[in-house]
Amino acid sequence: MSRLITVRILQAVPVILIVSVLAFLLITLLPGDPAVVIAGDQASPAAIAAVRHNLGLDKPLIEQLGIWFVHLLQGNFGSSLMLNQSVLSAMGERLPVTLSLAALSILVTLPVGIFAGVIAAYYRQTWVDSLVMTLALIGVSAPAFWIAILSILFFGVYLRWLPTSGYTPFFPNPVLWLRSLVLPALMLSLFQIGFLARMTRSAMLEALGQDFVRTARAKGLSEWKAVGKHAFRNALILIVTAIGILLSTAIGGSVVLEQVFALPGVGRLVVQGILARDYPLVQGVMLIYGFAFVVINLAVDLLYTVLDPRVRYD
Amino acid sequence: MSALVSIDKLTVQFRGDRGWVNAVEDVSFDIGEGECVGVVGESGSGKSVTALSMLRLHPRGAARFPSGSIFYAGVDLLRAPERDLRAVRGRDIAMVFQDPMSSLNPVLTICDQICEPIRLHQGLSQAAARRAAIELLDLVRIPDAARRVDEYPHRLSGGMRQRAMIAIAIACRPRLLIADEPTTALDVTIQAQILELLRDLRAELGMAVLLISHDLGVIAEFARRVVVMYAGRIVEDAPVDVLFNAPRHPYTEGLMASMPPLEGGADRLYAIPGRIPDPDEPIPGCRFGPRCPHLEPVCRTSAPELVAISETHRVRCTPRSRPGALC
Amino acid sequence: MTDLAVGAVAGTLAPRRRFVLLRRLAAHRSFQIGLVLVLLLALAAIFAPFLTSVDPSAMKVRFRFRPPSAAFPFGTDNFGRDIFTRVLYGARVSLWIGLVVAISTGVIGAAIGVVAAQFPRLDPYLMRCMDALMSFPAILLALGVTAALGPRMESVIIALAVAYVPAGARIVRASALVVRELDYIAAARIAGASNFRIMIRHILPNSVSPLLVHVTFVFAYAILAEAALSFLGVGVPPPTASWGNIIAEGRDYATEAWWVMLFPGLGITLSALGLNLLGDGLRDVLDPRLNWRG
Repeated sequence: MSRLITVRILQAVPVILIVSVLAFLLITLLPGDPAVVIAGDQASPAAIAAVRHNLGLDKPLIEQLGIWFVHLLQGNFGSSLMLNQSVLSAMGERLPVTLSLAALSILVTLPVGIFAGVIAAYYRQTWVDSLVMTLALIGVSAPAFWIAILSILFFGVYLRWLPTSGYTPFFPNPVLWLRSLVLPALMLSLFQIGFLARMTRSAMLEALGQDFVRTARAKGLSEWKAVGKHAFRNALILIVTAIGILLSTAIGGSVVLEQVFALPGVGRLVVQGILARDYPLVQGVMLIYGFAFVVINLAVDLLYTVLDPRVRYD
Repeated sequence: MSALVSIDKLTVQFRGDRGWVNAVEDVSFDIGEGECVGVVGESGSGKSVTALSMLRLHPRGAARFPSGSIFYAGVDLLRAPERDLRAVRGRDIAMVFQDPMSSLNPVLTICDQICEPIRLHQGLSQAAARRAAIELLDLVRIPDAARRVDEYPHRLSGGMRQRAMIAIAIACRPRLLIADEPTTALDVTIQAQILELLRDLRAELGMAVLLISHDLGVIAEFARRVVVMYAGRIVEDAPVDVLFNAPRHPYTEGLMASMPPLEGGADRLYAIPGRIPDPDEPIPGCRFGPRCPHLEPVCRTSAPELVAISETHRVRCTPRSRPGALC
Repeated sequence: MTDLAVGAVAGTLAPRRRFVLLRRLAAHRSFQIGLVLVLLLALAAIFAPFLTSVDPSAMKVRFRFRPPSAAFPFGTDNFGRDIFTRVLYGARVSLWIGLVVAISTGVIGAAIGVVAAQFPRLDPYLMRCMDALMSFPAILLALGVTAALGPRMESVIIALAVAYVPAGARIVRASALVVRELDYIAAARIAGASNFRIMIRHILPNSVSPLLVHVTFVFAYAILAEAALSFLGVGVPPPTASWGNIIAEGRDYATEAWWVMLFPGLGITLSALGLNLLGDGLRDVLDPRLNWRG
């Protein structure tokens, strides 16, 4: 089985390479002259030339690519034009915010989503199923940023229970930190709970329909055991797949919600970067996120070997 | 002389496109202690439905039992509360299913799956249960049992998986083992081994066996008494030699005729004309009527009853159950 | 890994079975509701010029911030523009983008998937590229592409297509790998059919069911994603109305004119709802494993 693990890890390497190249291409794809786009149409020819030289755009493409990779190996992910700091440090400052948001939302999503999916599957075609699935459907259909704004109006402005925006870090004041993240995390989790509930229901239905659940009952096992141990353990494979997807959507969703709630996270940084035409920043962040998810996907893949004995020897 | 299990006028309904339909109707037969009964019939005859009904193993809400009863140890299994039924399942009455690959849980080890009924019904510790599991694997003739017990089902061959399923079923020494098409998914050579295993186990453990199959050869090999089902009803019930040598019901005759002759040399095999009716298809009179070569007018107007033409032989056919009928 | 691929075999059926599937589909409640919703919204979008005679960009400053009324069913915004009209024209933009993204995801994803399954030597390269694209969260990838191409409707379409094609390709490849092993493919090859012909005439049609389901959901995701992008200001640029940027504009004066934000959001929700229901219906009917339980 360690052979399998090695193979998977080796397969991840070309993916990382391609991710790097894709991030590199970001500036190359700019319509027209990248240097002009970045410097702005009002810039003087001297300024444009300076930008071109600073970003190494005057060199041939292959050379640029080579330099890009050399920088990566040195841990240099570029440097932000508007912030005048390295992408790595700019991201580092803001990562705790995004991660807190994502973590809190996943913390809520997992128990609620899985529980909802399991009972919807077990009580399929009853009112429980219909209710849960309707709520889940609304969760995946309503745009999170829209609900977020509406709930800011309601909870923040009208009821004044929660802050309407802004973030306080954990250390001086954990309570305020939580209060600043409650609404955003909840908004982020709406889609996720809906998605996870639906996928869990599918997975459980499939598992419950399998013959081995009937065998479990035939042995005299209680419903709890038959469903919880036999069916659920099998559904877990698909559920973990869904959770992997949710990690990705959590980061994606945080981009929009950080804007709505004015949270100083990485997502907000990316948007600001795009609006300010700070392409090196955008490149760097995309790259780091890309790497992170290659690793996460690898971890999920390896997790399958734990969950499903059938893949261990393939 | 009380039977181990007594099925009395069992009727099972499933939800069809247009409401509930009878999948099985008016099925009655007994299984005695240590007896070996075979149930034979084509797909759709209701034999599996009957078997699953004995332990109420149909999917939740899929089946209902409007009338009839299945008595075991003085309890009607069809009406008993779940808790009582669970005490019977796996302990007094156990079941082996057709497809061992799908009937075993792929993410749990064989040991785990055998130990479950042992620990549940006999309260053994994990270590003791594991020892018992290895003994059981030996009993069902799986070589290298001590190593195999920790394997996952997909690592075993089809025959071994079925043996493992049998091991699970006999783990608590049940008084009745229901085997629903246990050999259908296996190669012919393995079929013979599994049947032999079942025969030996029956002798060793003194348990009754209800063997369900569409394969007449398997039934002939194994059963002492045979129940023939067609379209959800029992059409004939007789000792095996009587059934094979002197069948009464035209359907049984048709089944016998459609077997390839042992001497070979058959150009075309006989097939009973027509097809099995859908459960919701309304057919007045005898449900085999449309396919019966000996149809009489009375068969179209009144549905035949299951009549005992001798102490051990019952037939559901109006013309054939008249006294003095047939030579 | 997905055995939804086995469902692909459903595509091989004789015409009579296809009929049964269509009837089942028509009887499926989710599918019915979804279809009705989607058709209503599509019709509203298509016939927008007939449903309202107003120009979506027409500013009537005298009528700023009017709440919903008979004259202005959805109220007006801070420029006095009729929100009802803007929402209808916004539907055209948002639904059109969603549709094009869904179709291109389907077509390109199918092409890549079938080629990957049919040519095992190309397979690893294609799949690594797909994996690389799938390593980015979809919105982030779309952000990157629109950043590179500039905020225009076309870049949004390209960006979202790039984000969703890899999953589609994966799904088709999985189906195609299963179908490829089936006997009639071998029969076709023995009969002398070329690789190309096999791909187009045999493998493709039978791998399509799971893709159809996926593409329906992609339509919904695309609508939501476009709204998010336009809301952020990197999607469809104003003054063109899209549901996302109407919400963005409405946010600034949400306390005074809540109706500006409400209706486009409802539009997005209802479209996604309808499409999700449609997708659910298709999935339930086309997946044979769930069928035998009936």
